[in-house]
Amino acid sequence: MLAGITLLLCYQLVGEVLVAALGLPLPGPVLGMLLLLVTLVLRRSTSARVEGPAEGLLGHLSLLFVPAGVGVMVHAQRLGGEWLPILVALVASTLLTLLAVALTMRLMVRLMRIEEGDDAAG
Amino acid sequence: MPLGELGQVWVYLSASPLLWLSVTLLAYLLAFTLYRKAGDNPLLNPVALAVALLIVILLATGTPYATYFEGAQFVHFLLGPATVALAVPLYRQLGRLRRLWLPVAVAVVVGVTVAALSAVAIAALLGGSVETQLSLAPKSVTAPVAMGIAEKLGGLPSLTAVLVVATGILGAVTGTRLLSWCGVRDDAVRGIAMGVTSHGIGTARAFQVSPAMGAFSGLGMALSAFATALLVPWLVRLLGVSG
Repeated sequence: MLAGITLLLCYQLVGEVLVAALGLPLPGPVLGMLLLLVTLVLRRSTSARVEGPAEGLLGHLSLLFVPAGVGVMVHAQRLGGEWLPILVALVASTLLTLLAVALTMRLMVRLMRIEEGDDAAG
Repeated sequence: MPLGELGQVWVYLSASPLLWLSVTLLAYLLAFTLYRKAGDNPLLNPVALAVALLIVILLATGTPYATYFEGAQFVHFLLGPATVALAVPLYRQLGRLRRLWLPVAVAVVVGVTVAALSAVAIAALLGGSVETQLSLAPKSVTAPVAMGIAEKLGGLPSLTAVLVVATGILGAVTGTRLLSWCGVRDDAVRGIAMGVTSHGIGTARAFQVSPAMGAFSGLGMALSAFATALLVPWLVRLLGVSG
């Protein structure tokens, strides 16, 4: 448990440091994730040590967005004044994006005739 | 206990991070229990329920957001290690990812473009202020990235954080139904669509549907973080919106 959490934090730390040092346009944790993925690919396996904490964190991923969401109360005035453009933009853009991504990817899979099987066994 | 002593306990508790950390966890547990009892009904999104409950409590006790966040920041902080942890489910889907990399890459670029352009254009057409338009541009991407982009564009980072959470909830509430309704059944396609549109909140919902959908949603979220950081400032300039 402790080793796994330390590992996740260290990958995030390395990600943050590299992003700051190299001036990369992406957030530290995303680079940390890619570095961990590269490590797992090179090792050809995950370990129980990192799997436990990873599953613990991802099992309740939605909890982690609650504090930012409560921040809506700070912007009550602006949201009240501009509720129509904000609401319509959010709803329409969310539905359009979902469809654009799904239909583009499905079209590409069909055009390329990729065999789709669920090999989620690993 | 006399009222005066109770008041002192409140003064002590409200100054310590313990109170609002505990209340955040309790509100989420209650919201999550309701969501589970309703058979994982996406309309009872646990983030939306917990946020609503917490706002009622904060308003009732006259607690400012800054005081609340002193406790809640410990939960907020875990977004970082949780993002790193997405490498684990992603590794398990590596076989499918190798076959699907090109469709995934094209879909992510299309999705990021549609997400930013449609939000900015609709807000502009309906008379939203320039600050609001700029704060909306990065709304489909995970909070820390979106806030950084909003700041660079001249939007309001804290407003963007709220719009990001709202987009996440909207995608989580509507995504699975909309995609099923359009006949999209493949977990890889559904996952990428959820992750690109609704970042971590969509990914949380995707993991509740299946591990494969969750893994691809995590991938979609990570790739769209890259693509948004690179493309959105340029797209916004193209639209001629500036703060």
